Amino acid sequence: MTIEPLDLYARMMLIRQCEAQLNEAFAKNLFPGYIHSYLGQEACAVGICSNLTDRDYVVSTHRGRGHYLAKGMALKPMIAEMFGRATGICGGRGGEMHAADPARGILGGNGIVGGGLPYAAGAAFSAALDGRGTVAVVFFGEGASNNGSFGETMNVAATWKLPLVLVCENNLYAEMTPFAEMSAELDIAKRAAGYGMPGESVDGNDLIAVRESGGRAVARARRGEGPTLLELKTYRWGGHFEGDPKKYRSREEEEWWKARCPLARFRKHLVDSRLSDVATLDLIDARATSEVAEAIELALKSPLPAPETALAHVYAV
Amino acid sequence: MATKTYLWAVIDAMREEMSRDQNVILLGEDVARAGGAFGGSRGLLDSFGPLRVRDTPISEEIIVGLGVGAAMTGKRPIVEIMFMDFFGLCLDQIANQAAKMHYIYNGAFKMPLVIRTSAGVEMGIGPHHSQLLESWVGHVPGLKVVMPSTPRDAKGLLKSAIRDDNPVVFIEHLALHRIKEEIEDDELLIPIGKADVKRAGRDVTVVATGLMVRRALAAAETLSAVGIEIEVIDPRTISPLDIDTIVESVRKTSRALVVTSSLKPFGFGSEVSAEITERAFFDLDQPVRRLTPPFTPAPFGKQFDEYLNPDAASIVSAVRELMA
Repeated sequence: MTIEPLDLYARMMLIRQCEAQLNEAFAKNLFPGYIHSYLGQEACAVGICSNLTDRDYVVSTHRGRGHYLAKGMALKPMIAEMFGRATGICGGRGGEMHAADPARGILGGNGIVGGGLPYAAGAAFSAALDGRGTVAVVFFGEGASNNGSFGETMNVAATWKLPLVLVCENNLYAEMTPFAEMSAELDIAKRAAGYGMPGESVDGNDLIAVRESGGRAVARARRGEGPTLLELKTYRWGGHFEGDPKKYRSREEEEWWKARCPLARFRKHLVDSRLSDVATLDLIDARATSEVAEAIELALKSPLPAPETALAHVYAV
Repeated sequence: MATKTYLWAVIDAMREEMSRDQNVILLGEDVARAGGAFGGSRGLLDSFGPLRVRDTPISEEIIVGLGVGAAMTGKRPIVEIMFMDFFGLCLDQIANQAAKMHYIYNGAFKMPLVIRTSAGVEMGIGPHHSQLLESWVGHVPGLKVVMPSTPRDAKGLLKSAIRDDNPVVFIEHLALHRIKEEIEDDELLIPIGKADVKRAGRDVTVVATGLMVRRALAAAETLSAVGIEIEVIDPRTISPLDIDTIVESVRKTSRALVVTSSLKPFGFGSEVSAEITERAFFDLDQPVRRLTPPFTPAPFGKQFDEYLNPDAASIVSAVRELMA
């Protein structure tokens, strides 16, 4: 898929602004519940989803805003959903960990770590039955890679050659626990070989690298050749949730990773290779900043869903 | 009319629905080539092919997950979890994913998923192949739970379950698989959520499920000979429960007994008893009584199952105590 480099930058910046400004709202006590920030992982969502069309499926996680925006969910209803407002894309009842948009192929987030993997395989199976080249992508973290659902999904996807791309965003921390304390083998991509599918570890902060490996995996799935496990090595700038004191890691480590910011890196690439210039990029930054600010302002002015709507949609009629 | 076993009635239901709608698919352990661990999907692979009838690995979580994802994207999957005891391996996909997908996303997705499973009560096959756990799923909003006791009910309810846009847990009893009944040749759809009065009577309302329905009907014969007429009600659907039919009966009889092959604490019998008490307390002549196996797992061996489970004789005794 051809997408202008500036569009990729703009999508990443929109996610960056969204995460940064939601954190500010949280600090001002304007946000209900927890925020599971995606700051620092923007290249993962954009790099992968830029290979997809609306017809392709994405299954997300409890840290899903990057995926939603990268897959094309409209900003205002997405932000309103995060604030639990009636104008949210799911009427405000999904909230921070759950948003979906069937028209864009977004099959939801999840409050259960590893809960999305099995049903993403189901969507891929359904797509395979339809035979129209639709692909399903499931995002999950390194924490979920230690859940049983991961092994069951890998095995069935490989055996049935499902059009599924399994994208593990290895941000080094499963909630408050370093991955190295929970797994002896730190390269998750190596597990792919044991299931008989290709696996690849990629620098998750390098948009171009993520986009290229994502493109190969998606193309392979579209051709009916089966799934790929992609491990995107990245870093969660924030805690597990905002307000997490992060006692489990050093500030030096955080600074080391922030110096490897995926946005700064792609921005430098655009300027160095003369694909764009600073003024244009600044304009994109400013636009993202104001769009998000506007969406948050609108969400805060929007009504909460009436409490009695809790009783709706228990069953489809 | 044709005489059908419970198992063939279930197969017929799937065959009819798969012929009618190509989105109906079947997935599970040994459902395709082997025709089902209990023979419950014989012939379907030959008729509908390996794309729509598929064997899976012994991986219960993804069996249900495949159904959830397929149901969200336009299919009407039937997934089979061989024994209900195996629900512990896939409850997240059932209770958190399938049950709540329509709800969380404000109705954006439908979940036309049937989870077919068998309870091995009274088969003497030990503690991991004998549990009836309808309470586990009956407790979860968003799920429907169906438990037919006759071939005709099994067929009509399974067809309705396949056409339902909600996840339906369809519980069969291995001990019922070979019983026979005449079933009409015409289209048979039995509504989910509707109880059936299997025998009318004036003296005691006996609510029985699954395997216990036949035992209650056998007890009814014995009791009738001594002038006691029990009304046997099979709820057929565990959730949503047709409590109105039960309460209407209790208002007439003033006495109620609930017989299940699942356990007493926090169980289906407790739920029915509480509902009757809340709705018809002043119509009761006696406290509502529950008859269940004792609160223990089931060891290997048929003698244990026979010892543990209610039978016609224990139903007769319980009814006589209520009449005393």
